[in-house]
Amino acid sequence: MRRLALIAATALALAGPALAVTPDEQLKDPKLEARARALSQELRCLVCQNQSIDDSAAPLAHDLRVILRERLAAGDSDQQAVGYLVARYGDFVLLRPPFQPDTWALWFGPAAILLLGGAGAALYMRGRARAGDAPLSAAEEAEAARLMTPKAVTDKGD
Amino acid sequence: MRRLIAILPVAAFVIVLVGFMIGLKRDPAILPSMLIGKPLPAFALPPVKPMAAGLTSAELTGEPRLLNVFASWCGPCREEHPVLLQLKAQGVTIDGLDWKEEADAGAHWLDQNGDPYAKSGNDRTGRAGIDMGVSGVPETFVLDRRGVVRYRQVGAITPQIWAETIAPLMAKLKAES
Repeated sequence: MRRLALIAATALALAGPALAVTPDEQLKDPKLEARARALSQELRCLVCQNQSIDDSAAPLAHDLRVILRERLAAGDSDQQAVGYLVARYGDFVLLRPPFQPDTWALWFGPAAILLLGGAGAALYMRGRARAGDAPLSAAEEAEAARLMTPKAVTDKGD
Repeated sequence: MRRLIAILPVAAFVIVLVGFMIGLKRDPAILPSMLIGKPLPAFALPPVKPMAAGLTSAELTGEPRLLNVFASWCGPCREEHPVLLQLKAQGVTIDGLDWKEEADAGAHWLDQNGDPYAKSGNDRTGRAGIDMGVSGVPETFVLDRRGVVRYRQVGAITPQIWAETIAPLMAKLKAES
């Protein structure tokens, strides 16, 4: 029984994730295939939009993987092959958004908001620290002393 | 001034909230087309129905028209089909691109449901559609006289979409010389 469990655990540990890329899609040249794999992991599937075409089992993702490999086999550079798909589907196919004027908000936004929030918080803290400097008046001191003096509990509660 | 600063976080929150609400209502499947303002990429497709003429990109000029991408395996196409037949009856020129299936299946679909298309071509491999940036069916391109893509509809044309968006555009394109 224990041996069986061990075998099962080993088999599970060794099993890779199921691949969407089927053997008949793959290029014979391992170098080209490696390039194709790397590129297709950076390209968005238009059907299952949070998956790369390398992950997706959608028929369109299959077509796009094949097209990408055709381009590479025809001698395209990585940039040309990706550009071929961008020309058809737009920047949306790139899982890594390009750095250009209409994506500046995306790239700089988080840092800008952090800076603004940080500046706001710093101003607020400084304002508070200054307000806390004023000493208590005599009447306030007396009130504080009265409040902080323990006294016998008189009410029994109900 | 102090009051203004106190309101600032609330204002920022409301702005972000409105942004998210707009974002939630947008259909992520509707992506901007790369073809707007450009002619269709060249294609020459075999016919869907045996003995009919095929469909070539060069033919899609002369008058404003629709190019509808469809498939018999597509659910929403079934809903859209009666609308297309109605448009054909109104005199709208629609051509069909049968995407990613055997011509037999497309021909059977048209025989059973009626054929709203002036011409139709079978894109078995899907390559012609991919060249146009088609990511699913149905999709419809609105072409002007010169065959330039002016609008792309992702998903079925409903009577409302036709009346509010595409019909006014078609009228405008007809008025263009």
